[in-house]
Amino acid sequence: MTLVVANDELKAMGEAIIADAMGSAVGFRVEYGELSIVAQPNRIVELLTILRDNAAYRFIQLTMISGADYPDRARRFDVVYQLLSFAKNRRLRVKLQTDEDTPVPSVVSVHPAADWYEREAFDMYGIFFEGHPDLRRILTDYGFHGHPLRKDFPMTGYVEVRWDEALKRVVYEPVKLPQEFRAFDFLSPWEGARAALPGQGYEYVLPGDEKAFDKAEQAMSARAAASLTEPQTSMSAVTLTSVDQKSGTDPAPSHAPPPPAKKG
Amino acid sequence: MSHSPSGLLVPASAASRSTVQGYDPQLHDAGFDALAGQLADQGFVTAALDDVITWARTGSLMWMTFGLACCAIEMMQASMPRYDMERFGMAPRASPRQSDMMIVAGTLTNKMAPALRKVYDQMPNPRYVVSMGSCANGGGYYHYSYSVVRGCDRIVPVDVYVPGCPPTAEALIYGLLQLQKKIRRTGTIDR
Repeated sequence: MTLVVANDELKAMGEAIIADAMGSAVGFRVEYGELSIVAQPNRIVELLTILRDNAAYRFIQLTMISGADYPDRARRFDVVYQLLSFAKNRRLRVKLQTDEDTPVPSVVSVHPAADWYEREAFDMYGIFFEGHPDLRRILTDYGFHGHPLRKDFPMTGYVEVRWDEALKRVVYEPVKLPQEFRAFDFLSPWEGARAALPGQGYEYVLPGDEKAFDKAEQAMSARAAASLTEPQTSMSAVTLTSVDQKSGTDPAPSHAPPPPAKKG
Repeated sequence: MSHSPSGLLVPASAASRSTVQGYDPQLHDAGFDALAGQLADQGFVTAALDDVITWARTGSLMWMTFGLACCAIEMMQASMPRYDMERFGMAPRASPRQSDMMIVAGTLTNKMAPALRKVYDQMPNPRYVVSMGSCANGGGYYHYSYSVVRGCDRIVPVDVYVPGCPPTAEALIYGLLQLQKKIRRTGTIDR
């Protein structure tokens, strides 16, 4: 069972952390019942030390460090620290931004668990951690080239291996694929995409099938309007709303929280 | 190939030396036939030596466990009491130097490929390889990955491919029985 913490409580904790962090945290957000702190990149060690040692927080466990790549941003990488406080029964996310060249201070001195996590983030994204005791690759092959989780890394990589009977060793060769990777087009009627079904929701609009789509949408909004007047059937309005959002074809998806307010 | 009533040895008359064209002990060796007739009612069974050797091989396939991913769970299941590979004389052996067969169970990555080949090279002859599951057969789900070998037959010669993702324990045992059949059919004593 997940622990549900009230949003105003998380907001209060975020404000308290900003006040206690002495400038090492620049902001916070409360989303999906979780608190995220935005850290000053060059002062992450200070922030995690405060969060660990301050009696009000006691975030003594670093659950994980992950990276994320946003190629369109100037500082393309996120480094995300997930923290856990046993004493207060709270979880916390700390985020910071960096790029390929700017090193992030290593937090191994605060949380020894960070050692392999930072190596992994370095391996997968090429994020540098300053002051790390042993910043080597951890997961990829010996002599691997590139950082596989970057968005500009080709999925199939650059080399493949095979046993060479003449050389009596495993050799590396440039990738040669007998069949190219296929990106499936789910809008194509030949791929088995589902048509709009009046009263049952719709998944994809097939080219030339817009009429059926409109009919289905009318039927669904009529049902939703009917269900709003009857409190017993309000659950069906919830499902219809979620179907709307899932379809991705909705021109203006409504992100209304439950109880549902179906758009007209 | 038919079995003797005891189910153990191939009787002399049925010895099929499939690797030698046209050889039949009853036609070509009257002395052998007489000897077999004399011994049959005294508790002996006569057979061609290479049949006995291939029979012995099929009955003690110690397998090198090379569990790499979820297929290894099914491989363990196959050797556990429910499917009980030990009734075919197969037992897991953690050392390649004492094993006859290797089951490559799971995704073979580029980083693991030299280690797999090293283990294969350490196995004594005759040695057999069973490729278990889609990933070992041809990369499977990870066929287009940057780090996965597109089939373990790029690294070692494979005798039997077991399809599935993962194959059930029954499927693996069926594959191993096919391997036994293959050993009986193509049994050779050269090293």
